[in-house]
Amino acid sequence: MAYFILKRLIQSVFVMVAVAFLAFSLFRFVGDPISQMTGVETTLADQDRLREELGLNDPFILQFARFAGDMVRGDFGYSYRTRQPIGEMLVSRIPATLELGTLALVISLVVGIPAGVYTALRPRGMVSQVILISTLVGVSIPTFVIGIFLIFLFGVKLGWLPTFGRGGTTDLGWWRTSLLTTDGWRALILPAVTLGVYQLTLTMRLVRAEMMEVMRSDHIRFATARGIPWHSLYYRHALGNTMIPVITIIGLQFGGVIAFSIVTESVFQWPGMGLLFLESIRFVDIPVMGVYLVVIAFFFVLINLIVDLLYIAIDPRLRLREPA
Amino acid sequence: MRQFWGSDGMWLFRRSPAAMLAALVAVVIIGAAALAPWIARTDPYDLASFSLMDGFLPPVWQGGDARFLLGTDDQGRDMVSSILYGARLSLLIGLSAMALATVLGVSLGVAAGYIGGRFDGMVMRIADIQLALPAILTALLIDGIARGILPREVHDDLRVAVLTLAIALSLWVNFARTARASTFVERNKDYVQAAIIMGQHPLRIMIRHILPNILGPLLVIMTVDLASAILLEATLSFLGIGLPSDSPSLGTLIRIGMQFLLSGEWWILWLPTLFLVALVVAINLLGDFLRDLLNPRLR
Repeated sequence: MAYFILKRLIQSVFVMVAVAFLAFSLFRFVGDPISQMTGVETTLADQDRLREELGLNDPFILQFARFAGDMVRGDFGYSYRTRQPIGEMLVSRIPATLELGTLALVISLVVGIPAGVYTALRPRGMVSQVILISTLVGVSIPTFVIGIFLIFLFGVKLGWLPTFGRGGTTDLGWWRTSLLTTDGWRALILPAVTLGVYQLTLTMRLVRAEMMEVMRSDHIRFATARGIPWHSLYYRHALGNTMIPVITIIGLQFGGVIAFSIVTESVFQWPGMGLLFLESIRFVDIPVMGVYLVVIAFFFVLINLIVDLLYIAIDPRLRLREPA
Repeated sequence: MRQFWGSDGMWLFRRSPAAMLAALVAVVIIGAAALAPWIARTDPYDLASFSLMDGFLPPVWQGGDARFLLGTDDQGRDMVSSILYGARLSLLIGLSAMALATVLGVSLGVAAGYIGGRFDGMVMRIADIQLALPAILTALLIDGIARGILPREVHDDLRVAVLTLAIALSLWVNFARTARASTFVERNKDYVQAAIIMGQHPLRIMIRHILPNILGPLLVIMTVDLASAILLEATLSFLGIGLPSDSPSLGTLIRIGMQFLLSGEWWILWLPTLFLVALVVAINLLGDFLRDLLNPRLR
């Protein structure tokens, strides 16, 4: 087991180095950093001096090592556009995205898993058919259209909920949360539902497919023959065996939530990381793009690592497996 | 055999009202979009063909002008023409991105599955890394890099190409993985072994023998990915990263319409939206039908 964890750790480090390398190449080769930093009146001699001072003439590998070292120490450099340190820009925006993403994920799981189980157990029922057709429609409607529709219905027509921004936030030192005020919660509902709907359809379809597969397996057939009551059969014997795929889904969905939060944040003008990334693309702010990439990759790798560790905790077979 | 298979499919098709409706909607929309220059009354790209005087006219059934069936936008552009031309552009980008992704993904996938070894490992590692990044993130990133590399004027000219490439590069993984898995199964079958012993060129074996036998699952992915490509393009254009407002796709039209969300000109926003959703739902329904058709276990 220790071997397995170690192997996963090494793989994760490898992925991070690869992504950091990509981000660095982006920064180094797309556009010239010197011409971004200096004005028109800087002489060529000054430019060359600056180039030398910043170490841009050093071997590529050395530059990359320096870049990676700075990253690890939390020094992310400066934005071309705002001239602010990127680290500060990100830290001020991470809470907004994480709160939005987490709530969306909760919505997706709390609604998606029961719906998936239900449609798997009663595949021909009326309710199941309705749910299945609506998920197909749900997959086909782009996130931004769902967002616009919710804004139109609850913001414009009914006037119940705010349609942009985070509402009232409370500053907890380094974390600005909107979870402590009613106003903040009200502002969070529409974006979170928008973000959650698409993930919900995915959760539901995957849980359904998994559950149907498990219900066909021998141990369920045997349990049925033993006369085990149906609720115990469904919830203990069947659902337990779908947990591994479900955890995988949660891991994958986290990635989806982060990516689609770009769209949702744009529709609702939610001041999170996605909006920052979008602005950086629009203004070709390469350093911010690169850092966003690295930070996102870090989240992904972290989540995948946790998922793998959870597998070991849940599936006793993995604990016994020794390296060949 | 082929005759039988075809009629079997047709039988299922005739029994599925959802599939028939979806096919009808898809054919009508795609046909109308393809014929846009002949059907549409005006050319929305031609500044001389519309006038500000006709701006904000509602659809005919709400007392608009008989010339503009679905009303006009703020610039006085005919909505029917805008939507048809927009759908044309969306479909053009969606189809070419899908085709590009298919060619790239299938050739890499088949080659990886057939050759195996180190090449296979390399392709699959790249696929794994890319699969961890959701398609929209990849597409945004590629577009961002293109903006950085290309000078502004060049980028504006190549916008459609950049967008197509960005979408294609974010969708190829699905094809590669499926093609590789199917190739793995096929290459150990007798007919492939026989072809190898006969000394046929590996390229010929891959293209003439393996490819036709793995087309089924690929067809399903093509349909589903066409829908994804159209959605991706719409999303990018909606975010203002894709096509500009002087050559609008459906996504751009929705972004423009968003400005009138509060002011009551509902048709400028909701008509293109409805059109986009109908198109994607229809394609997805067809994809679902194809999946069921080609997977006898599910029947």
